[in-house]
Amino acid sequence: MNLDPQIPEGPLSDKWDNHRFSSKLVNPANKRKYRIIVVGSGLAGGSAAATLGELGYQVDCFCYQDTPRRAHSIAAQGGINAAKNYQNDGDSIHRLFYDTVKGGDFRSREANVYRLAQNSTNIIDQCVAQGVPFAREYGGLLANRSFGGAQVSRTFYARGQTGQQLLLGAYSALSRQIAAGQVKMHTRHEMLDLVTVDGHAKGIITRNLVTGSTDAWTADAVLLCTGGYGNVYYLSTNAAGCNVTATYRAHRRGAGFANPCFTQIHPTCIPVAGDHQSKLTLMSESLRNDGRVWVPNDKENCGLNPNDIKEELRDYFLERKYPSFGNLAPRDISSRSAKEACDEGRGVGPGGRGVYLDFADSISRLGESAIRERYGNLFQMYERITGENAYKRPMRIYPAIHYTMGGLWVDYNLQSTVPGCFVLGEANFSDHGANRLGASALMQGLSDGYFVIPYTVGNYLARSGAGAISPDGPEVKEVLESVKERTSQLISPQGKRSSRSYHKELGQIMWEFAGMARNESGLKKAIGQIQDLRDDFNKNLVVPGEGDRLNVELERAGRVRDFIDFGELLCRDALERNESCGGHFREEHQTAEGEATRDDENFAHAAVWEYKGEGKEPKRHKEDLKYENIELAVRSYK
Amino acid sequence: MKLTLKIWRQDGPKGRGSFESHILDGVSEDSSFLEMLDQLNEQLLGEGKEPVAFDHDCREGICGTCSLTINGHAHGPEDSTTTCQLHMRKFRDGETVTIEPFRAKAFPVVRDLIVDRSAFDRIVQSGGFISVRTGSAPDGNAIPISKVDADQAMDAAACIGCGACVASCKNASAMLFTSAKAAHLNLLPQGQAEKDARTLNMVKTMDEAGFGNCRNYGECSAACPKDISLDYIAKLNRDHAKAKIKKIFS
Repeated sequence: MNLDPQIPEGPLSDKWDNHRFSSKLVNPANKRKYRIIVVGSGLAGGSAAATLGELGYQVDCFCYQDTPRRAHSIAAQGGINAAKNYQNDGDSIHRLFYDTVKGGDFRSREANVYRLAQNSTNIIDQCVAQGVPFAREYGGLLANRSFGGAQVSRTFYARGQTGQQLLLGAYSALSRQIAAGQVKMHTRHEMLDLVTVDGHAKGIITRNLVTGSTDAWTADAVLLCTGGYGNVYYLSTNAAGCNVTATYRAHRRGAGFANPCFTQIHPTCIPVAGDHQSKLTLMSESLRNDGRVWVPNDKENCGLNPNDIKEELRDYFLERKYPSFGNLAPRDISSRSAKEACDEGRGVGPGGRGVYLDFADSISRLGESAIRERYGNLFQMYERITGENAYKRPMRIYPAIHYTMGGLWVDYNLQSTVPGCFVLGEANFSDHGANRLGASALMQGLSDGYFVIPYTVGNYLARSGAGAISPDGPEVKEVLESVKERTSQLISPQGKRSSRSYHKELGQIMWEFAGMARNESGLKKAIGQIQDLRDDFNKNLVVPGEGDRLNVELERAGRVRDFIDFGELLCRDALERNESCGGHFREEHQTAEGEATRDDENFAHAAVWEYKGEGKEPKRHKEDLKYENIELAVRSYK
Repeated sequence: MKLTLKIWRQDGPKGRGSFESHILDGVSEDSSFLEMLDQLNEQLLGEGKEPVAFDHDCREGICGTCSLTINGHAHGPEDSTTTCQLHMRKFRDGETVTIEPFRAKAFPVVRDLIVDRSAFDRIVQSGGFISVRTGSAPDGNAIPISKVDADQAMDAAACIGCGACVASCKNASAMLFTSAKAAHLNLLPQGQAEKDARTLNMVKTMDEAGFGNCRNYGECSAACPKDISLDYIAKLNRDHAKAKIKKIFS
């Protein structure tokens, strides 16, 4: 497996400039001769499809939703980072770069992250020009807020709906290109396989979710912008439809999967209420700007009304343990601290899996109206779900799976190990290392789509030449037939267990053994249990109806089947990464105080998995991460 | 909780639909409406029947995928709430709940409770954007925008494109959606250059898609899960009249 990251020459700050200059260009008149497939229409896919269409390429964009405006980027609440330094508080591109690498616990690639920080400022300009209604100060200038893992205010936001507004911006740009005929949009289509010819990505196979037809589409390059795999845990903050199928199928066709065990647990979610639950709801991390996290000092007080617990009987554990970052400690650290408190029996709410997020101090300092202005929609959402009023009683929160830093391996050009197959946004692995800082996912999705891929895909096309193959070619037919066969195998009206029940069970295994804390024996157990689950799935799954029409059970069964295989890969990766770093916490590797201990000597690399065939063990490769501009340090937020 | 569910089943756009009744027992008050439907579908699978098809995705009230007319109300009885955020504690034990798709000529049924809302996309494609090339934008702070204008634009931009406005209007008018989309951009300085063309084109596309006319009943805004104000309809009428007059005299 070739894992050359293709990092350009020169000093860090010149690399992207040098690379853009040395990249080959496609003549404007020739662009229309190239076809590009974009899978996914979130921030990465939507912005890439719009920009490539605008440049003159012929773009086919696919999404499983009924319109491109619904991708799960829309649910991001808090904001988007940019090194604008509008607040004059000491921010710079280098500081954003440093914070992101440190926040990622030194497991990301320096050159990629630096480029991300450089692009961050252009993103804000672009979005403002599109009409994204960012929050403003009374003087008319853009407002900022602070976010976890940073000591400057660099987060731009649109109330609690930043992801929605940025996605609508990308969607509007995409709509303009659809109207212009530059992008052909295929909604309610799900990618089920990748077509390669002589090792190059040349197309995809999709299922039309309405008619059930399985079709082949060919192009000169394929962009996967299909998001993360958080739903492998069943309960997560992801949308119900988010799945790993596109990236896992590409993995089976030769794309290396990097660091699948790097998953992020978000500290501020609404706790699980019962067995019926199908998803977890996130409350923006920005709440931690004004909320204080605490649990009672004594277990005995956990059942009391929180307002009756006196100040001296409360443990503001983040402020106590991390005085300089306090309630704004990074996500992994905050999540683990909450888990610890609950493990000690000091958790609150049903099942004792919750901690308080208290706004009483901020309300008495700023007034209820100021808090309503900042977080009104979040408080409203909390009340709908829990039936409790958070202006009067502290919120209950608990960590939940939220984002996945791992993904398909890509080089500096965002190209996977399959030439011509590019991977953007959450679907790739490159920028967040072992932990992502808040307000960085939107930044990365848009940086990849608006500002990176137009250069790098052009360079690939100019060097490889136009050569889309016919959808009727033998290589395409072969993959198409294999997809059809797999679909017909899934239909099993006589089976006993629903795909949802398998998904739930998989999620329980994953959360227990590969969730917030992991250890060797647990991970080994998980792998065994997942293998048993797969055998059972293959024997007892029930999927009624036919394949050639809208069939939601069939859709889910296909996704769950891939999640099962992928869950095993995730556990394997977690088992092999014998260190703690970022979101990956191995209980064997911690300090006496319970802080994660990294092993830079043996694990300062990205682990990249190569698929070796059905039932065979995948092979682990390494891309060594070189830190030339940042000194590897113990990540301290004390 | 034990519920009787009267659910619309329809094979496809051309199929003849009808209501089907199911009894569902053991529903938790804390579950969401869609989780209750998940439970029904598991029960149907156990009985060897095909589950009910319905649209849903984020399940946190922002993507706009979920729909459903519940007991005659688009997104159910609770104000400012999408179906996915509606919780069963809002219903009574023993209640009969009627569940239908969003009904409108411009939203044909795809299957059961799923409808085709692509007409909304076509309205946006006809003008719901600001034409700015990637990479050609001036500095974000180059044009100060008053907080009042930015907030008003944000209020309009909060529309999630679910279609409840259309489903609740007796004329199946899409004026609230179209006016929110147009107002978001028409209110901002960046949106001025294309304002007239945007307004005329979006309204034209809306009319051609088969939506009915607006008679200011106001049902749309009452049903809107994001509380989009009727003021935007007034603004669209004003912008449209101005654009039309300018066009006549140009």
